[in-house]
Amino acid sequence: MSAPDTAAPTSIPEATVLFAGDSGDGMQLTGSQFTLASAYAHNDLATLPDYPAEIRAPAGTTYGVSGFQLHFGAVDIHTPGDKVDLLIAMNAAALKVHKHRVRTGGTIAVNTDAFADRDLDLADLDSNPLTDGSLADYEVIEIPLTTLTRDALADTSLSKKQVDRSKNMFALGLALWMYSRPVAPAEDWIRQKFADQPAIRDANLHVLRKGTHYGETIEAIGHRYTVDAAAMKPGTYRAIRGAQALALGLVAAGDQSGLDVFYGSYPITPASDILHEISKHKNFGVITFQAEDEIAAVGSAVGASFSGNLGVCATSGPGVALKTETIGLAVMTELPLVVINMQRGGPSTGLPTKPEQGDLLQALYGRNGEAPLPVIAPTSPGDCFYAAYEAARIATKYMTPVMLLADGYLGNGSEAWRIPSIDDLPPFDVRFETGPTDRTMHKDDDGNDQFLPYVRHEDTLARVWARPGTPKLEHRIGGLEKEARTGNVSYDAENHQRMVETRAAKVERVAQDYPPTAVHGATEGELLVLGWGSTKGAIEEAVERVNESGRRVGRVQLRHVFPLPRDLEEILDRFETILVPELNNGQLIRLLRDTYLRDFQPLNKIQGRPFRAEEIVAAIENHLG
Amino acid sequence: MPPGFSGDGGGNGLSRKDFQSDQDVRWCPGCGDYAILSTVQRVLPELGVDKENVVFISGIGCSGRFPYYMDTYGMHSIHGRAPAFATGLKVSNPALDVWIVTGDGDALSIGGNHLIHALRRNIDTQILLFNNKIYGLTKGQYSPTSELGKVTKSTPYGSVDAPFNPVAVALGADASFVGRTMDRDPKHMKALMKAAHAHAGASFLEIYQNCNIFNDGAFFEFTERDTKSERALFVEDGQPLTYANGTKGLRLDGLSLEAIDLESDRWSVSDCLVYDTSDRQMAHLLGRIFWEDDLPRPFGVLYQEARPTYGDLVHQQLEAVTEKKGAGTLHDLLHSGDTWTID
Repeated sequence: MSAPDTAAPTSIPEATVLFAGDSGDGMQLTGSQFTLASAYAHNDLATLPDYPAEIRAPAGTTYGVSGFQLHFGAVDIHTPGDKVDLLIAMNAAALKVHKHRVRTGGTIAVNTDAFADRDLDLADLDSNPLTDGSLADYEVIEIPLTTLTRDALADTSLSKKQVDRSKNMFALGLALWMYSRPVAPAEDWIRQKFADQPAIRDANLHVLRKGTHYGETIEAIGHRYTVDAAAMKPGTYRAIRGAQALALGLVAAGDQSGLDVFYGSYPITPASDILHEISKHKNFGVITFQAEDEIAAVGSAVGASFSGNLGVCATSGPGVALKTETIGLAVMTELPLVVINMQRGGPSTGLPTKPEQGDLLQALYGRNGEAPLPVIAPTSPGDCFYAAYEAARIATKYMTPVMLLADGYLGNGSEAWRIPSIDDLPPFDVRFETGPTDRTMHKDDDGNDQFLPYVRHEDTLARVWARPGTPKLEHRIGGLEKEARTGNVSYDAENHQRMVETRAAKVERVAQDYPPTAVHGATEGELLVLGWGSTKGAIEEAVERVNESGRRVGRVQLRHVFPLPRDLEEILDRFETILVPELNNGQLIRLLRDTYLRDFQPLNKIQGRPFRAEEIVAAIENHLG
Repeated sequence: MPPGFSGDGGGNGLSRKDFQSDQDVRWCPGCGDYAILSTVQRVLPELGVDKENVVFISGIGCSGRFPYYMDTYGMHSIHGRAPAFATGLKVSNPALDVWIVTGDGDALSIGGNHLIHALRRNIDTQILLFNNKIYGLTKGQYSPTSELGKVTKSTPYGSVDAPFNPVAVALGADASFVGRTMDRDPKHMKALMKAAHAHAGASFLEIYQNCNIFNDGAFFEFTERDTKSERALFVEDGQPLTYANGTKGLRLDGLSLEAIDLESDRWSVSDCLVYDTSDRQMAHLLGRIFWEDDLPRPFGVLYQEARPTYGDLVHQQLEAVTEKKGAGTLHDLLHSGDTWTID
């Protein structure tokens, strides 16, 4: 006899689900599989993992909680979601940590087997939230998840530990059922993953199905939902994380330019994920070098650029601090270099796994002397691909180090990414000197023909790039000030001023390649929200919400933070108030005030967390009055 | 004799002059660096290397100016970091002939970390360490090779820092080639540079170099005529360890070295240790002669072993992965993993 179909699905436009449990509970994997199912359901989506800095914090504690949040919908999705509709809490600590993120009236599914006295002690809870009334504002689904998993696998030969490890599949099955997601992608994944371990494969498949069946049979679950396919631009999509996109963008840059990528890096959270990804792609000729320290990492990259390769290094703020002197050398020697900074909370070691936009001023000014360089900030996980590609293009075209400012929110977050056609990538040509020309040679003091390494291209002011190994173009570069054409050491007063100004003018020229700055929402009026980098999703959602209520607010998201776009001032002129949200204590706003000599309104959040759209909505409404 | 050791005296028809840049050499008159520069410029034509493939990378300090005086490719990099730049350069283009020029402060103080890692990785470069036991360019502070008690501007009451022995550091870092020579013996210096160049891997060559301004005579006991024969021992592979014009030698006494008088009835040359440059233990024994004043200071190729270079291994791996997976195509890479299509 089959159970009655109590849950006729309700169609909803979007939903946010958060899987949370102990570090060992497999929450990242569960979230990834739910993401994949949502992708196959053709929803737009954005995800954000939230995991502890400790590798294996003691089980059951609040600092060992690992979470994975997913926002998916039939509508455009800009962020991993402000408020959670469904929290699946695998233990008491996960419930304690994430309860406040659930919207009032939202659903919390808890594993009741993980609420014994000991679990409450580990989570530092004085009373049991399941019985003390603290969950009154939520719809609570109590599931003895561990017991059900053990019952389902009672007949197997697996150990208790192996059995318990598959309980996340029960949770996944239930969540898939609740949102009417396809189960087949997860089943395929299990079959592939455990192809060599049939007992574990069958156990996971069985528990996954039990999870979906549980949803059908238990009457405790009052609601089931469907989320229709989103109206997305035709094309082939994949879910991509920012760190992955950065790596692929670099590989693409190497592929399209013909330069071999040299990636020098020292392990640091959260930048290491780029190294992990790019080191897989050695069949593209990518060289990865795990250096002895941050300084060696950037030094090796500059050495690679000197050889005529594409030198790249990635790190986080503390690592950039160590690389500073060498980045200055790249400014002085005018060699291409891409420095990726996966920003995290600072100062010092700060909040290693939490995002912040605290390193903009470091990127702009954190070197001795006059040492400007272009700064580019991707605005979404998928945009990281294009930003990495563009950073490499600017670096080689203008012979300059380029700083790319991402953060852990972009790096770990993922979105549905429309895969570009290779033909649609911007052309990437590199100019090497291949032999003596009239323009690049002169007679030296001894009457010999000498190459002039600091002769410049007129369109970019970039100096010429000659690879060691090229006959007759032997030359020396270094950190001492250069004579304008010969590159010889020069302490001449006027030459120094000229060189400082030339290097600055060269970096300013980078702006000549920018596309027109896009203004979304209102193109003029009361208020413009001006953000940069990873805050795009929250700002976009906030401005859409405000405009839906009848206001006319505009927004601009800067990808090119330095030099600023040439058309930005004219856009600023069209608005009365300009609101600048940043995940720092006010850094872009200093550059803006300095550049445009007018006032801007700050909105600063420095909590190691991205903006929620509602926070930006509140700030906009506050200014509009 | 390793290939290229003897030189053919002509290379590609290049001469010393082809390696001299038009820049005025600005070291102090009388500096030992002149002899080293001149020797390098004389050696290069004999190595049979194409000039355009030669790159000199330096750090900061007096030695740091070296690349400017060479008419080759070169980079005057960051204090102590030349090995890092050289690593990226050499691994990116293995055809290049990369020389690292450094000093005792540059290589062993601020750059100690990079030196040991370049050595253990066996980056195929020649590392010329100009050791003058003093900071010259910053005008005379004690360096990590200065002797204990050294009185300098920064240590008016004497240094209380124990000094490094560069050769022992290199051996400790598993260098595949360790040699020592001196600025006042250009012939020996030239032979050692050739040997270092012929070695595939990181060739560490310490050069005792006189700073006549801030530390004049620091090595005179080893380099000057009246004491050199008694205080300097020139090792040769396969030859007994003798010095003082063959009147003295070193023998193994248990696990220690002992100086013996070959003119006495008690000892003869057959009692002397026969040197084997491929014997790591012997190299450690000789390399540690630094703190014992009663033993002569060894010069020459102290250790050499053949082992794969980092660059070779990197490129072998690139080739192996490419052979296994096929040359990557960007389209396939971007479409890898789970994809879905919206029409």
